Order: sequence, then C-alpha cells, then structure tokens
Amino acid sequence: MTPGQRAITIGLCILATVTTRFLPFLVFKGKESPGFVKYLGKALPAAVFGMLVVYSLKDTSVTIRPYGLPEALALGATVGLHLWKRQMLLSIAGGTALYMLLVQGVF
Amino acid sequence: MAERGIRLRALKAAFPHTIPIFAGFWFLALTYGVMMNRAGFSFLYPAVMSVLIFGGSLEFVAVTLLTAPYAPLQTLIMALIIQARHLMYGISMLDVYRGTGWKKAYLIFGMCDETFSINYTALVPKGVDRGWFMFFVTLLNHAYWVTGAVTGGLLGSLISFDTRGLEFVMPAMFAVIFMEQWIKEKRHATALIGLGCAAGCLALFGKEAFMIPAMVLVLALLGAFRGLLEEKGGEA
Repeated sequence: MTPGQRAITIGLCILATVTTRFLPFLVFKGKESPGFVKYLGKALPAAVFGMLVVYSLKDTSVTIRPYGLPEALALGATVGLHLWKRQMLLSIAGGTALYMLLVQGVF
Repeated sequence: MAERGIRLRALKAAFPHTIPIFAGFWFLALTYGVMMNRAGFSFLYPAVMSVLIFGGSLEFVAVTLLTAPYAPLQTLIMALIIQARHLMYGISMLDVYRGTGWKKAYLIFGMCDETFSINYTALVPKGVDRGWFMFFVTLLNHAYWVTGAVTGGLLGSLISFDTRGLEFVMPAMFAVIFMEQWIKEKRHATALIGLGCAAGCLALFGKEAFMIPAMVLVLALLGAFRGLLEEKGGEA
C-alpha cells in the first residue's frame, strides 16, 4: 500500500464510524422524534446491554479447551459479587482478578 | 470561576465511573499500539487512528486491513458492518444528549460502547451538571484509549507483559451494567431479547458476522411486540 492508499483506508474507517454515530441524531434532528423511535429509544438500551455482554465475550471458544470455563467461572463470580455487595468496581475487579488467576495459573 | 467549579465537580463525579475502563482500555489500546508497531507502522498511525476512529474493534481489524492489499470498498463495507451497532446507541441517546449545547457533537463523536453504556446508565449526582458529567466520561475514556495506543506504538516490542486475562474487565463491566439495568426494570423482556438474539446469532453465524442479524432480529422483535412491551417492559 502506498501512503495515499493507507490514508484512504484509515479515512474510510473514520467515515464509517462517524456516520454510524451521527446518523440517528441527524435524521431525528431538533423536532420531537416519531413515536416508534421514542419507543425504541426506551426499549433498545436493555436489549443493547444484553447484546454487549455477548459481543464482549464473542472470542470465547466453547469447543476447544478450556471450553469457555474460565469465562463462565469469572462471569459467575462477577454476577455473584454484584448480587452480594452491589459495588460496581468490586464486582468488576473481583471477576477480572479471578479470570487472570484462571488463565495464567490454572488453565 | 463558577463555570470552573461546575466543571471540576463534574470531572470528580465522572472519574470513578471510568476506572474500569481505564484498566480495560489501557490494556487493549497498548496491545493495539504494539500490534501496529510490530506491523511496521510509526506510532503516528495508532495516534491518529485512536483519536479519530476511537473504536477498539475496528482499529484491531484495521491493522489487518492496512497490511493487506488495498481494497477501499471492502474496507468501507467491513467498517460499516463492525460499527453498525452505534446506530442503536444513537437512537437510545437522542433524548439523553438533548440540550447539551456545543458538547453534543463531541459526545456523539466519542460514543464508543463503553462511553454509551456509562452515559446511559450512570446516575448523575445532584448538583452535578449532566452535560459536563457526560463530557468528562467521554473525554476520559478517549484519553485512556489514545495514551494507551500511543504508548504501545512507541514502545512496541520492548513491552512484554504478563497481564494475560486483564481484558476480562470489559465483559465484566458489561455484565455489571446489564445487571444494573435489570435491577431497575420492572420486566425483563427486552433485556432477554437482546441477550437471546445475540447469543443465538453468534452460535448460528459465527463471531465475525453475528451482530447485524442480531440487530435486525432485535429490532424486528421490538417492533412486533411493541403493544406488549411499550407499557410495562424495557423502561428503566
């Protein structure tokens, strides 16, 4: 790739990102959003957070060793800690610490 | 002086919310910078890309795109597919980002997965300006990402880190945010739709291609069951 081609490639990545981030705001600018969009704005986030949990774990393989076991255990610890103490940072740190322990020392 | 006080208070309120992201972004961005360095790029590349793209998944893919033969159309399509999920964030934030003045453009520009999640869910403390709070959440996350990427790009192969597993802060954070949303809701239909559609599509289409079908499916289901969901489900 020439420097120009590199610049275009990077430029296209920027364009795609900016477009997907700004588009809804440009389409529904200023005035009241239509009813269905308002409804989506309220109903979507809960669904999106569910999707993001899956998205952030998409590289986990359940078919090759260790079969997603470290992820499952660490996720269980995160959820358990959060149910118990409901301290966001503690739940995240605890789950991550267990995961690091598991992938570095156990599996 | 008053304005300065408002900003400082917002920054202090925003910072704790970004601590897990600091850990996660620094690790991921450092890895990304090191990858770019090892692929033969000057640190200026990760610097410019982390500032202007500010989207982790795409930047990792871009390392491959930049070392492959030039294919602009394929690059654009791939980038749009990877970034399409931001459309859902925008629709969710239409009202949240309303009335934030000149900061709004930057709030939208810097709306990555993590920033969206925090700005949507965080309870802004009383007496703290909401616009500035969200601005600092966005700016801090952006700064973590850029400094990590530049450091990785500069140090490159000098770094050997035994921080394997640190990347789990991201799924852990999303799980906790999901739970917080779950606790706030009266009914969980939409949360389960999101979780189920994404998991089902991941199993069916594989990790490279599942987000678009999952999004379409989520929108179709939310549309089809609007009558049922609108009154009770989904709302915080």
